[in-house]
Amino acid sequence: MDLNDAPEEIEFRDRVRAWLAEHLPAELGDRGLGYDHYSRDDLVRWHRILAKQGWIAPAWPLEWGGTGWNPVQRYIFEEECGYAGAPPLIPFGLAMCGPVLIRFGTPEQKSRFLPRIYNGDDFWCQGYSEPGSGSDLASLKTRAVRDGDHYVVTGQKTWTTLAHFADWIFCLVRTGAADEKKQEGISFLLIDMKSPGITVRPLELMDGGREVNEVFFDGVRVPVEQRVHDEGAGWTVAKFLLGHERMNTARIGTSRRELERLKELAARATKDGRPLIEDARFRDKLTRVEVELTALAITNLRFLDQLRGGRAPGPEISMLKIRGTEIQQRLTELAMMAAGPLSQAVGAVGEAPRDFDLFTAGLAPRYCNYRKTSIYAGSNEIQRNIIAKMALGL
Amino acid sequence: MNFEYTEEQRLLAESVRRFMARDYGFEARRRIVASPGGASDAVWSELASMGLLGLGIRAEYGGFGGGALDMMSVMEAIGEALVVEPYLSTVIGAQLIQRGGTPAQRERLLPGIAEGATRMAFAHTEADSRYDVARVSTRVRRDGDGLVVDGEKRVVIDGPHASTFAVTARDDEGRFVVLLVDAKAAGLRRAPMRMLDGHRGCDLILDQVRLPADALLGGPGDALVLAEEVVDFATALVCAEAVGAIRYASDATLEYLKTRKQFGVPIGAFQALQHRMVDMVIECEQARSMASLACARVDAGLPAAQRRRAVSMAKIKIADACRHVSQDAVQLHGGMGMTAELKVSHTFRRLTAIAQQFGDADFHLERCARD
Repeated sequence: MDLNDAPEEIEFRDRVRAWLAEHLPAELGDRGLGYDHYSRDDLVRWHRILAKQGWIAPAWPLEWGGTGWNPVQRYIFEEECGYAGAPPLIPFGLAMCGPVLIRFGTPEQKSRFLPRIYNGDDFWCQGYSEPGSGSDLASLKTRAVRDGDHYVVTGQKTWTTLAHFADWIFCLVRTGAADEKKQEGISFLLIDMKSPGITVRPLELMDGGREVNEVFFDGVRVPVEQRVHDEGAGWTVAKFLLGHERMNTARIGTSRRELERLKELAARATKDGRPLIEDARFRDKLTRVEVELTALAITNLRFLDQLRGGRAPGPEISMLKIRGTEIQQRLTELAMMAAGPLSQAVGAVGEAPRDFDLFTAGLAPRYCNYRKTSIYAGSNEIQRNIIAKMALGL
Repeated sequence: MNFEYTEEQRLLAESVRRFMARDYGFEARRRIVASPGGASDAVWSELASMGLLGLGIRAEYGGFGGGALDMMSVMEAIGEALVVEPYLSTVIGAQLIQRGGTPAQRERLLPGIAEGATRMAFAHTEADSRYDVARVSTRVRRDGDGLVVDGEKRVVIDGPHASTFAVTARDDEGRFVVLLVDAKAAGLRRAPMRMLDGHRGCDLILDQVRLPADALLGGPGDALVLAEEVVDFATALVCAEAVGAIRYASDATLEYLKTRKQFGVPIGAFQALQHRMVDMVIECEQARSMASLACARVDAGLPAAQRRRAVSMAKIKIADACRHVSQDAVQLHGGMGMTAELKVSHTFRRLTAIAQQFGDADFHLERCARD
């Protein structure tokens, strides 16, 4: 047993870190550290920098541009990107639609879509949740009716992250008879967001940010060759997607960076004239979250070690999402506590007051925003159901 | 990075588990705990003959020269089986002697420990010391060419089994020292007691106990460094022991959820219980990660502050996980979890003890803050 990076892992980490220091544009890094929102251009710009380097889709097969890195190298890369404060890589194309096409796509679908995903030419979003279908995804109602060489899609998706940036959406739609068992009769369609009949309506979140939308489909015509896998096999595709690339859900690198920033914040803030970090009540909260993060980083490495040894971790890997998001949320909560009453001012009206601190102003909205992490991508309760049923046999 | 045990570590772990399954089942343990001595000589001989008592002792003194990582799987098996023999106490004694002793002291004591002839206990707790090893009122003074020690130690774990004690004290100049004290020394008295977890303990009364000059371990001035290093080593090991006990509590609870029926279904069908079960499993994995970290760090020869911090962070997680898993194991077993007839209640008691052994979460939070 050896918890330290092996020499070749250290060498790899150093190489990634040095490259990031040189190639991550300062204004993108600053935006991340300032908890500012990324524009579509920001996200695409960073995507293309990585694509040019050949590092945008490490997990893909070599023939489609993968790097051939092992799971530990992929993890180190993600951890370093998170730690450096790089913009997130939007998963819908790279980590979701891409792997689905590689697994189930026809040769034509692969050569049409994969290079464009790789190069950042198409921005993708995910059409899963519906107003009546959240955790119970298989109850979805958006309907696709066959009409010659097309499907005609009618219905509504919701919580569609970054749909307002997207060129394409992959959707789960109902193609079977209404009385079929829920998981049957679902198909997986790729839909051009410019198709007539699509309307995107933004949903404003409690932090004031815009990231999710409602997407309405009103008789949208979709060519049959944009269906992935067989008609009625959409649930198989969805399950594949669910099990794919769940290794980075813990977001260790990002949380490590946020923990360091929290310590700096708590060293600057004062209580009774002394640094807050010396206050026992606050400091112990900080230590406990550091303990949990340290433990999760090792737990994550243990799963990776299994994966590298050829044993795919089972559904218990959901614990990385549960505990990882709990830590992310706790860090945002403690940052707001550290700022104290100053955290209540979230934005300037008109001309900013003297010394108005944008960083502090971002803490409370970020706390609000991060409540989403235990809800999205399969709520933490659903993750517990998955472990209970599939790993523990309950 | 690599989490595999070596072939040697794996084989050892298997043989220990086989032994525990065969000779240290729940009933066998009950008989041992209820026996007058509260520990089994036969088990002790077997631990010696499997090489476990010499695991951390260097080859020149009859051992195998292993570190905490080599002992991890042994400690896990001990935790699972709830072994009450003075294994960890004797390991502490051996490490104090190996790290702080003169060649003559090592020659004299270590081979006997590896063979199973010597059992040790670490007498450090006093009435007002809580978990602070450095807070000591027991006094030792020079007297002719020997030493005289005076003081009272409280709840010395495994004390009744010990043939040799490692005793902490302060010398004439107030310096922290560690003394080797033969259990048969005149003026030494033990007041034995049963401990919560089935171990035996004792108060140790040292009334003008005369010791030879070579009873001192380590030079004056570095004995505290020695004691802290060894206590950190032992803390890492007790973390590994906790993992074995936590895993047992979690496995037993899962099994119970699948077999116990109410309202016509196994109670594991209820989501309220499923989610609590999942949280126990997560705690178990997180605890295992931190026990690995602690064992790796105490073996690495790090600067004291780094070692202390890693061990304290591990013990915070372990202490919290001990409480969480033991309490929920009993809760999910319902009334059955309360009975002495089920092993889970005994595991509860050991986990409750481990949560405090070598410092509870508050103690280690404080220690983290100091460094």
